[in-house]
Amino acid sequence: MKMESARRFTTTHQSITFSRRMMLLGLGQAGVGAVLIGRLGWLSVAENEHYQLLSESNRVQLIIVPPRRGWIVDRRNKPIAINRSDFRVDIIPDQLERPAQTLTMLRQLLDLPADDFQRVLDELKAAKGYRPVQVAENVPYENYAAVTVRLPEMSGVQPMRGFSRYYPAGPAVGHLIGYVGAASAAEYEKEKNPLLITPGFKIGKEGLEETLESRLRGVPGGQRVELTARGKLVRELEPKPDRSGGTVQLAIDADLQEFTARRMGEESGSCVIMDCMTGDILAMVSMPAYDPNSFSDGIGRTEWKMLSEDERQPLRNKVLNSLYPPGSTIKPMGALAILKAGIDPSQRINCPGGYQLGNRFFRCLGRHGSVDMRRAIAKSCNTYFYAMGNRIGYDNIAPTAKLLGLGAKFDLPVVSQNYGTVPDSAWKAKKFETNRRVVERPDWTSSDTLNASIGQGFLIVNPLQLAVMAARIASGRNVQPMLLGVHDSPAPLLGFDPKHLETVRGGMWEVVNGDGTAGASRLPLEGIQMSGKTGTAQVRRLSASATRGQGGDWKYRDHGLFVFFAPSDKPRYAGAVVIEHGMGGARAAAPVAKDALTFLFDRQKALASLAGLEQQWGGTLAERTQRRAEAIKAAALGAAAVPRA
Amino acid sequence: MITSAIIPRPLARLPWRLIFMITGIALFGVIVLYSAAGGSPQPWAMKQGSIFLFFLGAAVAISYVSEATIKALIFPAYAAIVIMLIGVEVLGFAAKGAQRWLDIGPIRLQPSEFMKPAIALTLARFYELVPASEIKKWRAIWPALVILGVPAALILVQPDLGTCLMVVFCGLTVMYLAGVPLWVFLAPAGAVAVAAPFVYQMLHGYQKKRVDTFLDPESDPLGTGYHIAQSKIAIGSGGLSGKGFLNGSQSHLDYLPEGHTDFAFASLVEEWGFIGGTILILAFGAVILWGMRVSINARTRFAQLAAAGLTACIFFYSGINLLMVMGLAPVVGVPLPLISYGGSAVMTVMFCLGLLMALERQQRTVSRLD
Repeated sequence: MKMESARRFTTTHQSITFSRRMMLLGLGQAGVGAVLIGRLGWLSVAENEHYQLLSESNRVQLIIVPPRRGWIVDRRNKPIAINRSDFRVDIIPDQLERPAQTLTMLRQLLDLPADDFQRVLDELKAAKGYRPVQVAENVPYENYAAVTVRLPEMSGVQPMRGFSRYYPAGPAVGHLIGYVGAASAAEYEKEKNPLLITPGFKIGKEGLEETLESRLRGVPGGQRVELTARGKLVRELEPKPDRSGGTVQLAIDADLQEFTARRMGEESGSCVIMDCMTGDILAMVSMPAYDPNSFSDGIGRTEWKMLSEDERQPLRNKVLNSLYPPGSTIKPMGALAILKAGIDPSQRINCPGGYQLGNRFFRCLGRHGSVDMRRAIAKSCNTYFYAMGNRIGYDNIAPTAKLLGLGAKFDLPVVSQNYGTVPDSAWKAKKFETNRRVVERPDWTSSDTLNASIGQGFLIVNPLQLAVMAARIASGRNVQPMLLGVHDSPAPLLGFDPKHLETVRGGMWEVVNGDGTAGASRLPLEGIQMSGKTGTAQVRRLSASATRGQGGDWKYRDHGLFVFFAPSDKPRYAGAVVIEHGMGGARAAAPVAKDALTFLFDRQKALASLAGLEQQWGGTLAERTQRRAEAIKAAALGAAAVPRA
Repeated sequence: MITSAIIPRPLARLPWRLIFMITGIALFGVIVLYSAAGGSPQPWAMKQGSIFLFFLGAAVAISYVSEATIKALIFPAYAAIVIMLIGVEVLGFAAKGAQRWLDIGPIRLQPSEFMKPAIALTLARFYELVPASEIKKWRAIWPALVILGVPAALILVQPDLGTCLMVVFCGLTVMYLAGVPLWVFLAPAGAVAVAAPFVYQMLHGYQKKRVDTFLDPESDPLGTGYHIAQSKIAIGSGGLSGKGFLNGSQSHLDYLPEGHTDFAFASLVEEWGFIGGTILILAFGAVILWGMRVSINARTRFAQLAAAGLTACIFFYSGINLLMVMGLAPVVGVPLPLISYGGSAVMTVMFCLGLLMALERQQRTVSRLD
């Protein structure tokens, strides 16, 4: 250290150094002081407006008040979907003081199942601030009261009254109405609406609840409140009222819908009944169905598993999404096409039990001898339709099929429709282009015509289309199926020759009221008759099963179909019934149509006969649903207990 | 000093201007705490007021201690505090994740608080003993670095970064004024710049986070950055004259965390605005200026250096806190003396002021006798 050897450092030097450094230090301190005051001025005066806004948005929060969901009512204003007041319990994360004790206590008081409890824990971990986390909804009053009493010990717990969706008819309207549920993360991402993540707020998840969402939702209100950082309410500022969603009236007849659903019993199938003048859909039933009430407060894993693994597919809307070969039910349509092609309905075809095409023999269901059109429809003679179809060619039949609604996608507020195929030569050529493995040759052959003529082969349709077909034949009008609203003006005429229609309707009258295939399903009513046409759709090739689809394993049995209209002399109602694996239209489907129509004309009589049937099935639909729910609950408890054991 | 025939001489000899000033600041602090409690003397304002009065009495009492006594006691006192700091490491219990307290019977002692004035006095005493000719020698530097380094290291491992920084700054100020060559300060500053990344790695998680947040407060708006963001909102929303007494929504609605302790200045500005904040800063400035005058007017080298060091302590206390609260320095947990709730900061500052008053009294008496 010889740095300053040149000069001795004396007390004087030291004093000078001190003064100099003291001055620098003083300047430095003054500088810091100036910076502080400058910064203070910058923040509080120059940037004041910016920070004032931030402070205001800190202070005032908008608590969303979810609107009440609009009702869904039937054509007579009978409620189908309503809101029931219920109790719910939320947690305000920031007010939770002793999370462990509080949650343990809540779990006991509310009997929360393990997976629900886990969900609450997960949500709480991710939650912050004042935004409530839902613990439970639809809380029974006893549990709710227990929570309310213990409230002083559980800060942050917020018991509330809310509303839950209720469907008085339960499973009977499951597929038609759908259900509501909490919005998923993806749905929130799409809409970015904070309403969607408000606890207790539900959106439509299926069926009409989903498609009518914008009409049913309503407009949320806002409660402007001053909140502390911990989410505690300090005072309420002026609120903005919410607006309930609108009531939506359906064309559906709720009583008929429920009756029909009950009448389906334990069968798997669907039934559509329409007003054949206006197109109003009076009933649209797919059974078995889930209970939308049990979906609205979230469905358990066990219940979901049981529903999705059920071979009768309770999660599938069979009216719109199941496709079947229509079988003989399209013979009236074929007859119209044949008439249109100029063939005389009195012309007779001999049925020796089938039709010889080249070296192939196409079977009929019986030996009908000499049949004319009326008789061919009544007896469902394949040979007649083979012969006539082959004579005019399928390209002359397909337009009529389309005119009657087959293969059509209807303008309905539904989530999805599978609309099947009305084949013709152009369709087949195109199909061959895209999938050579399914279609072995591009040209339309006579055997394609024969198969399609009796409703097999490439022709596949959904039950709604069958109902529309029946309605259009019954009224001769271009009825469009309608789900919303009540209509009273008849649809415009389709332009069929009335004589042709009369002939076909005559055949259909014969089916039920003559010595036709559905003679057992005459309406038990004075002066009101039903016309219809049975059908059987093969599930397997006839040769593949010894029983020809008439027995054996349930899932290999033929489907039973029936299209109908009534009254025969002045058609008002038309529809279609499909009973999956019901073996035959006359045996399984026509009786359902008979009872449903009976209900429309004489409720007492229909309900009396239903009571008898339900006794055989083990209770009413509501009772059986209740029993199933209990079984699911037991199974869920069992499933939950297993991993712990 | 007030000259009056009515007031007894010992009372009249007290530096009344200073006492009025600090009482004014403390009163402002009590008002802020009263408002932070939502307009209630409980739980803070009342207690803070009593603590201040108690330590004001203590400061006046200290002011009667002679410079000779201070000099005689300072090395033993320094040693005792270092031993207590070691004791904290050994016996101290963890509270708030840091070992800062020593539990001796009913009293909770925080020895690091005593180290702030003690380091200034010890180094002043040390440099008084160093002859002027030796000041640029290594002999005058390394003992000072040891005197400073040992407690600083002990406080850093507690861990209490804020107090450690203050002790180091106070010590360096004394060394600087004593005339230690500039390279002693500049070289380590360069070294710190180089070593910073390595030191950063050694910091505790929460300290690292504070540094991160300081460099980019928006990176963690709901975590550590929340303090700074809410503090700036509180200060910025105050405007020229504030939202008015008892009208600060940020502190009343709990958006401003620690609105009664480290971030009390933000609560103050929210309600009293730029004007209130500036008055407080100027008041602190006046106190510091008074302390600097004591240093400049000192007759002995010890008094000179000690007064400057003690004043620096008050300066760093208030300066670091204000820089931190306004988002100009990292959040290191330094309270604003006489304003923030809590006894230790009041104690330290009043201790410093008591000693300063003692040194000032000495000047006057000595000057009279000369």
